[in-house]
Amino acid sequence: MTSLYSYSFLILLLPLLSFAVNGLFLCRKSRKASAAFSVLCAGLAAAYAISVALAFFTNGATPTVAWQFRFLPIVGDFNANIGLLLDPLSVMMLVVVTSIAFFVNIYSIGYMREDMSSGRFFALLSLFAFSMLGLVIATNILQMFVFWELVGVSSYMLIGFWYHKPSAVSASKQAFILTRFADSFFLLGMVLVSYAVKSFDFAALNAVNLKDFASIPLNLGIMVMPASDALTIGAALIFVGGWGKSAMFPMHIWLPNAMEGPTPVSSIIHSATMVVAGVYLVARLFPFMAGAGNTLCIVMVVGAFTAIFAAVIACTQKDIKRILAYSTLSQLGYMMFSLGASRLCDGSINTLGYTASTFHIFTHAFFKCMLFLVAGSLIHQVHTNDLDAMGGLRKKMPFTYIATLIACLAIAGIPPFSGFFSKDEILMTAFQSGHVAVFATGLLTSGLTAFYMFRLFFLAFHGKARSEHTAHAHEDFAMTLPIVCLAVPSLLSGLLAKNIFATKFVPGALPVATAEHLAHATWIPYAAGGMAVLGILIAALFYARPKANIERALDVDNRCKLYKTINHKFYFDEIYYAVVRQFIFRGVAASARFVEDWIIGSLVNATLFVVRKAGALVREAENGYLPFYVGVMIVGVIFWYFVGKLPL
Amino acid sequence: MTLLNCLILAFVLFAIGVFGLLTRRHLVGMLISIELMLNAANINFVAFAHFKAADATAGSLFSIFVIAITACEMAVALAILITMYRRHKSLDVNRLEDLHD
Repeated sequence: MTSLYSYSFLILLLPLLSFAVNGLFLCRKSRKASAAFSVLCAGLAAAYAISVALAFFTNGATPTVAWQFRFLPIVGDFNANIGLLLDPLSVMMLVVVTSIAFFVNIYSIGYMREDMSSGRFFALLSLFAFSMLGLVIATNILQMFVFWELVGVSSYMLIGFWYHKPSAVSASKQAFILTRFADSFFLLGMVLVSYAVKSFDFAALNAVNLKDFASIPLNLGIMVMPASDALTIGAALIFVGGWGKSAMFPMHIWLPNAMEGPTPVSSIIHSATMVVAGVYLVARLFPFMAGAGNTLCIVMVVGAFTAIFAAVIACTQKDIKRILAYSTLSQLGYMMFSLGASRLCDGSINTLGYTASTFHIFTHAFFKCMLFLVAGSLIHQVHTNDLDAMGGLRKKMPFTYIATLIACLAIAGIPPFSGFFSKDEILMTAFQSGHVAVFATGLLTSGLTAFYMFRLFFLAFHGKARSEHTAHAHEDFAMTLPIVCLAVPSLLSGLLAKNIFATKFVPGALPVATAEHLAHATWIPYAAGGMAVLGILIAALFYARPKANIERALDVDNRCKLYKTINHKFYFDEIYYAVVRQFIFRGVAASARFVEDWIIGSLVNATLFVVRKAGALVREAENGYLPFYVGVMIVGVIFWYFVGKLPL
Repeated sequence: MTLLNCLILAFVLFAIGVFGLLTRRHLVGMLISIELMLNAANINFVAFAHFKAADATAGSLFSIFVIAITACEMAVALAILITMYRRHKSLDVNRLEDLHD
């Protein structure tokens, strides 16, 4: 078993190998070979991750550092290490990331079959999996940051994979710049926190008790503040990194726009990599955040607001991928507010929130990945993202239909599908936290989730075919296989993993009191399930009833103002556009341009002018007349003798 | 014959050399002017050695050195002149403007 652990770096290195070999050699040679190699590496990594997970959970699940080496000594004992941490959270993420990457790789064989540059695609997909794995196994926050940025870069390259499409290019830039903006806060927070704690290690950060730091002054150069205050600010700043990466409101706009990338990319971004990184960061630093003042309150408010905000938008969208994107936002909001709601009003911590959130990461990964694969499959057959052109696909794609039904039931939270269990725990946390508004938001969002998912489901699969392509749709084996495979965990992962999560996924020793004797409301599962059923029924009433007026349902023009506002995503793209134009382009960029043009530019021009004039003067002297040269020489010597000092 | 007379002679010779260098348009003339200036310097050497030094050998030796080296130098200069003549069919300095190219 120890040897199994000590070779566990292979999980990380296999995708890297696939990236290197594909990127350097195979992608120009043979698209089939690169696909095969990529799938092979991803499959081996997934198999290894699952065997590590089995060994880990059957052996008591004690956190261990499988290997670690120092890659940057800083001062004394203060080192930057790279290591591989195995604890329940990271092992769970290893399984999720590798298996999702494996399925997405298989799917991409079918999806990218006609794309001439699919070799590059497989290389980048492997890089993406590698960077997320590196982030997951990080033993310290610096390593996490390094891989965090790597995740950002690889998502940038994948979102902009079809670089001939201007919309894809701008979406990739938007995703990169917006997350980078948030990451700069993460970097600040990381520097502040590691400076106060004198360590990057998660173990050291999570063992911080703010009371021990209250009397230590921390010199920040411009001011001196108690180290405990600096740590609280640092925790909030670190959370801002997760805020941007997990696309929480108001930094959410990059995620729906990132739909411009190929669908397998959306699938992997939304389920296993990139966006869950933010939640993972908060979960990883949970004891630290729990102790750091009101940070978890910010997490809760941001998460809850995003959950309902995105769910409302998802109800009106027509683009199938955008519906799923907003659904991801909403589910991420769930995970976030579950972590945040762990902190009760009296400051004690309810560990159920951590359990529920990590559980939801786990279950959500499978059904969301699968839903995106389904969306890609439909788009591949129908040649458009628009629900207008779908309908009646039930008979053409029976396997996809059943798998989608399972995933929709799972995300809606119908027992015994996986989403039910995690969502139930999240709502329980919200209820126990005593924040009534948050609990109500969560419950309402759960109903909305059921509604918009079944809206998508009915509009895509039921009714009559609404376009030419829909009539000729068929199932592609390479694309249907992963969908069917993922239906199994969508169905069962909640039921099977419930006990493991309940017993093993508790945060380590907390610096603050753990909440005891919380009210255990037995009616919450019924309420959650009831809301979901209600949502499904309303969706069925609008879209699946035999006499349903689908044209009216899909009409977005003759609508009331509220509907239009929601359909335009509350005009957030426009607001961003206006802010960027008015503030960044006209303000920052224009003043920078002014400095560039008039101050730096005129300095450069003045230098140029002087040099050019001096050059012209010297050029006059070189006229080619020998007597002139001699004369100048003689006059020069005489001049030098009288004016200067000749070294004679 | 005093040191001053010798120095005046050398100065006059040098001045003639400078004047010739500046006014001659023919390259050979300019070379001869340079030779004049060198010889003025030689006279200075010998004169100072004769009147001021305890042992006059060093000064005389130096002037012989200078004469020998000047001979070599002139050989090289004349070789250059010949190639220049072949190229330009003229040794008029005013027509050698392309020297600066």
